[in-house]
Amino acid sequence: MTVPVYNFAYLDEQTKRMIRRAILKAIAIPGYQVPFASREMPMPYGWGTGGVQVTASILGPDDVLKVIDQGSDDTTNAVSIRKFFSKTAGVRTTTATNEATVIQTRHRIPETPLTEHQVLVYQVPIPEPLRFLEPRETETRRMHALSEYGLMHVKLYEDIARHGHIATTYAYPVKVAERYVMDPSPIPKFDNPKLSDCPALQLFGAGREKRIYAIPPYTKVVSLDFEDHPFEPYRHDAQCELCGATDSYLDEVITDDAGSRMFVCSDTDYCEKRRAAMDGGQQATATMGHGP
Amino acid sequence: MTGIDENPLLTVEDLTKWYGRRLGCRDVGFDLYEGEVMAVVGESGSGKSTLLQLLSGQMEPSGGRILYRLRDRSTADIWQMSEPMRRFLFRTDWGYVHQDAQLGLRMGISAGGNVGERLMAVGWRNYAAIRDSAVDWLNRVEIDEARIDDTPRSYSGGMRQRLQIARNLVTAPRLIFMDEPTGGLDVSVQARLLDLLRRLVTDLNIAAIVVTHDLAVARLLSNRIMVMKAGEVIETGLTDQVLDDPCEPYTQLLVSSILPA
Repeated sequence: MTVPVYNFAYLDEQTKRMIRRAILKAIAIPGYQVPFASREMPMPYGWGTGGVQVTASILGPDDVLKVIDQGSDDTTNAVSIRKFFSKTAGVRTTTATNEATVIQTRHRIPETPLTEHQVLVYQVPIPEPLRFLEPRETETRRMHALSEYGLMHVKLYEDIARHGHIATTYAYPVKVAERYVMDPSPIPKFDNPKLSDCPALQLFGAGREKRIYAIPPYTKVVSLDFEDHPFEPYRHDAQCELCGATDSYLDEVITDDAGSRMFVCSDTDYCEKRRAAMDGGQQATATMGHGP
Repeated sequence: MTGIDENPLLTVEDLTKWYGRRLGCRDVGFDLYEGEVMAVVGESGSGKSTLLQLLSGQMEPSGGRILYRLRDRSTADIWQMSEPMRRFLFRTDWGYVHQDAQLGLRMGISAGGNVGERLMAVGWRNYAAIRDSAVDWLNRVEIDEARIDDTPRSYSGGMRQRLQIARNLVTAPRLIFMDEPTGGLDVSVQARLLDLLRRLVTDLNIAAIVVTHDLAVARLLSNRIMVMKAGEVIETGLTDQVLDDPCEPYTQLLVSSILPA
């Protein structure tokens, strides 16, 4: 059997250079969407082709990779991408947030605070925050160039007019370094405060839309709002049934077809660490062992 | 003219537009003062819409100048300004009423959002204040304020046109451009809209340039009239004077072609 021989991290070196140039430009202009020549990847669009290309171009042999999907390390998307890179780059993978140097994420920021030695790579479906309000690309680019962002508030206005409060719960628009309005990818707005002043470098890759953007470390990121309807992160009013956390973002899990449900941490690594710590202190609760 | 300033608000000199080798309009020049309404009439293809697009800064002229007196009383050439400045002017100090309300409105956004957009664009960040202003303007254009959260899709043609006017006037512009504002509406709705427009323009002392092929609209709304044919201005003067006593053969033809009511 002939085994296919991949270049390190799948992409060829020219492509990686091209993507790195786009990344550098993105870091130089925080929040600005840099076009890049996105490649076909061996996975469908919507599975993180943008994030994978960014990860492939920044990965070195000594890096330790973690991949999460909605906070979880063990869903199909996360497992496949981890396997993809251990096969094509031979890098060490982990599920522990504090051990990873590169974390590729779909729709969450880990609960464990990030450090200066880490890079967070987001998978982005639609990078343009103004897209649903203004369909013309030429026009949205001009609006970014001239920072004409009144329209973004029209969206929030519509939310309040319809629901009485800002009902946008994910992909909540932010202003980066007091200049560019940016879509933080569909992370819950619970995670928005973590974007700001983060010690880690944050990179965003959109494969189908061919855009890369970035938030450099320690950059001010502000969620848009109204004076009389300020931004508020949302969290279910409950505690994690597995680890008892009251500060983490919770997923609602339907447990049968009779309406029973439970709330558990969306960040599996955070939840497991807490449970392990509690086991050490003989703090096991009755619900233990119901983990996913 | 009730304006304090005796200088013209808008001065147009030798404005010319060529579409390649085809003429859009040639050597158009006039002064417009505060609170003055000027009608531009002529048949299809006479360069009316070209002129309006040139004046409102949406299309760059091939020659000539457009000078506008800003709120700080300094005069600026529209095409010497930076693009952000020109776009800012367009959103705040000017208004543009399209013939087709769908072009001038965001059809997927509620009436309140449509009116509030310009306010948010100039930095209003207080929901209650934006909402109050929207309610006020809906009342002024005679739209039931209970419809504030409905999208213009659910509005009738006349309501859409009135909403478009509210959306434009909310930032208290000093100059408004109208392209066939009553086109495509039935006669009774037209009359009501004209009535409304005349009242608002007079009350707020807004200068306006109205492009129309309907001489009745011109007579009702405007102080002055400009007749265009094949890209050139052939006759100008006070509206009543031109319509009652046209000099040019073409104008005579236009006036005589109105069917007696």
